[in-house]
Formats: sequence, structure tokens, C-alpha cells
Amino acid sequence: MNPKITTDPAPRLTRTDIARRAALDLPDGGIVNLGIGIPALCSDLLPEGVELRYQAENGILGFSEMDTKLDGDPNIMDAGGNFPKLVPGMAFFDSVESFNLIRGGHIDVTVLGGLQVSGKGDLANWIIPKRGIGSIGGGMDLAANAKRVIVAMEHTTRDNSPKIVNECTFPLTAPECVDEIITDVAVIKVTSDGLVLMEAAPGWSPGDVQAITEPIFAVSDAFTEFRTMKT
Amino acid sequence: MPNNKVIESFAAAVADIPDGSSIMIGGFGGSGGQPTRLMLALRDQGAKNLTIIGNVAGISATTYYGWREGPDDPQPVDQGVFFASGQAGKIICSFPVPGTTNPLSEIEKAWREGKAEVDIVPQGTLIEQIRAAGAGIPAFYTPTGVGTPVAEGKETREFGGRTYLLEHALHADYAFVRAQKADTHGNLQYVGTSRAFSPAMATAANVTIAEVDQIVEPGGIDAESVRTLGAYVNRIVQRESGDPYP
Repeated sequence: MNPKITTDPAPRLTRTDIARRAALDLPDGGIVNLGIGIPALCSDLLPEGVELRYQAENGILGFSEMDTKLDGDPNIMDAGGNFPKLVPGMAFFDSVESFNLIRGGHIDVTVLGGLQVSGKGDLANWIIPKRGIGSIGGGMDLAANAKRVIVAMEHTTRDNSPKIVNECTFPLTAPECVDEIITDVAVIKVTSDGLVLMEAAPGWSPGDVQAITEPIFAVSDAFTEFRTMKT
Repeated sequence: MPNNKVIESFAAAVADIPDGSSIMIGGFGGSGGQPTRLMLALRDQGAKNLTIIGNVAGISATTYYGWREGPDDPQPVDQGVFFASGQAGKIICSFPVPGTTNPLSEIEKAWREGKAEVDIVPQGTLIEQIRAAGAGIPAFYTPTGVGTPVAEGKETREFGGRTYLLEHALHADYAFVRAQKADTHGNLQYVGTSRAFSPAMATAANVTIAEVDQIVEPGGIDAESVRTLGAYVNRIVQRESGDPYP
């Protein structure tokens, strides 16, 4: 029996919905690094008129659109292994420069995936302890040093256990780094006073979201339905 | 011609690499920027007990990461070749395994069988360790990794109220780098995102070997466009034209 069917007040949103909502928070003209998975979907879902300069760890800044894998140029790649199209104003550089950008705090926003986020904004997203081996990539540098960190992920694990937890039980990517969590049921801000629920999916009350969230959150005075779901 | 560093074949360029060597593999991971012919030559040469240093290390062969999937494109090669062949016992990298375990990559297979030590380093720390080695800096402080398993056993220090980790420079015996063009002095020019780890690795090894598409006489690379100085490069090998690997 799928516990989602028995407990959910309304359908959870899709991965695309999560990415579309995260894309709303990307600043026009900003330098943005998108992680793999749900975050990578943001690039196709930007609000009209918004233009970003994407940065990828392997040494590219300023791309926006992708080629298909079949005919892409292997020497023009992003860090996800996809092949961006050449656009005017883009730049190539080596990994030293790339991590000057990241570690030096020059990335405006990064959107990362998450396995667990704690009430203090600790992020765990690189290793599942049961597997025993994982990949850090640029994730620790981004999480610790980007000006703003958004985590885009499903609200719970497949067996409906909370992924937003009091304390992360998985090894951390970076402590106290997350600014905002966007899931398939909620938008939650991380503040110095704890978590604040900003938005919930259609049909979900703050109480419904709290039931699958371990830390107790406050509900914002500006609490509203998921902003991308309103017309 | 003391400045002529051109070697006739990939096999000859790696022939003297002894057992127990540490080898830096340039590029990022994926096909562009990977010194694939040098890697295959070292596999065929057979040196054992190697330590491999790379970035995205062993995921292309199972995921096609950074490789084209067209009908005429070659099968992906990655750093897993040295684990499949039993030549490598250790890898230092930022990204050893893909998200999926089906099928299992060669590095994870070797790790599960207890045949491979895998040292997983944040990417910005790894490249700075290599840069530092080439730049004569023995160690440096970075904010990345504080409060994570990466920090275990490492010295920390506060600067301006923030905690930083002490990380050490990382040298290697050999660096394999991949560039578009070399002149006979070893000056290198790259294309697109193929730079990645190669320029820093070229500075951090005792012997740097460059795999290039084209070797030209001095002056064939505009002095404004030299990205890796010939001062760092010991050997250059040109690929055959029409090589199917990117």
C-alpha cells in the first residue's frame, strides 16, 4: 500500500512543477549554477523575459540552451554532461577560474538537489550511507559559498519519511547553508529563527505539510498557494 | 634541438612509466578534454599499483556522461579502465560514481571488492590542491568541507569569524593533458570546455605529457593564445587525423 494515497489531501506536484517554482526565484541577469536532477530542469522553465548567465563547474559561463547528445560538440559541455549551444557573450575557462567563481562567492544563486535538509539549513546530498560511496563534485563548494542556496527536491522519501528533518542523519554537504527549500508540496524559507512555510501545493494546508515535515515550522503571514499554480 | 618535445607514438610517450606511479588525468570527465589515447596507451603498457588523480573519474562508460550517443560515435572510455585492468589501487577524485548502480561502474566494482581505495575530494579543493602544487604553495585554507566528513582529522582555523580547513598541495609523478594544438616547445592551446583540470595539472607533475590534435612550429600558436606554457610540458604526441575519439 502506498502511504501517499492514504494520507495526501491532494496530489503532490511534479518534478517539473518544483523546477518551475524554483525558476521564479532566479534573479534576472544573475549568475546561476544548476545542480543535476530537478535543478537542471529550471533552465527550460524561466518566466518570460528573464535571462540568466549559467555557470558550470567545468569552465563555462553564459550559456542558456542545449544541443541534443546526438550532435553536440564534446568540447562544449556543461557539468551535467550536456552540450550547450554557443551564444554571444559566453566564456570558457579552466577549473581554477571556475572555482574562483564558486568559492570566491561570485555565484548569485545555486539550485541543488537534496537527500536531507535540517531545520537549521544543513544540507546532505552527496552520499547515501547504505551505499557507502558517493560523489561530491562541485556540490560542497557551491553549497558553502554561493550567495544563495535553493534546494529543490521531493518533500519525502519514497516510503513517505520526511527529508526535512531535525538533524541530518546522512553525511553533510555543508552546514547551515540552505536559504530556501522548494518541494512537491511546499516552499519553505530557512531563517535564523527556524523554518517558515511560505507556500503550499493546491489542496495542502499548513497542517498537511507539517505532518510530513519533522521540524516544527512557522507559517508566514504571507502564506499562499504555490505561486506558479495560481493564474 | 633541446626544445623539441615531440614523441612519435603514444606507446613511446608512456613507455617509461614505472609501477607505483601517480598519474593525473586532465579534462573534466566526459570525452572532450580527456587524454584518451594516453590513457589507453598506459593501459596497454601495463604499469601496476598506480594512483589515479582525476575529477569526474569513472562514470562515462556506464552513463555516456559527456559522450555523444550517435551510431558512429565510439564507446565511452573513462578512468575505470585502470581498475578494470587491475592496474590502479587508488583514485583521488571528486566524482567517482554515477547516481545509479545499474550497471555498476568499474571503480565501484573494484571498491566493493576491496581492491580500490577511493579518496573523494570536493572539486574546488582538488583543483586548488593541484594549482598549489604547481605554484609552490604547500597548503592553503578553504571554507569548503567544514562540518562535513571531508574535515575529519584536518586542522581548522578561523579568519574573520568563519572557519576554514587546511588542505595540502597535491603533486603527481605524471600528468596526462589534452589540448587542441601544441608547438614544438610544448606551448598548448585548448578549445571550449576542454581546459578544465589540464592547465593546473600540467604544472603539478614531474613529467607532463600532452595529447594534441596538431603539432605546429613555434609561432603556429599566437603568443596571446598560449594557455599552458611549454615550460611545464615535457612530451607532446599528435593524434592520427580522423581519430574517432573526441
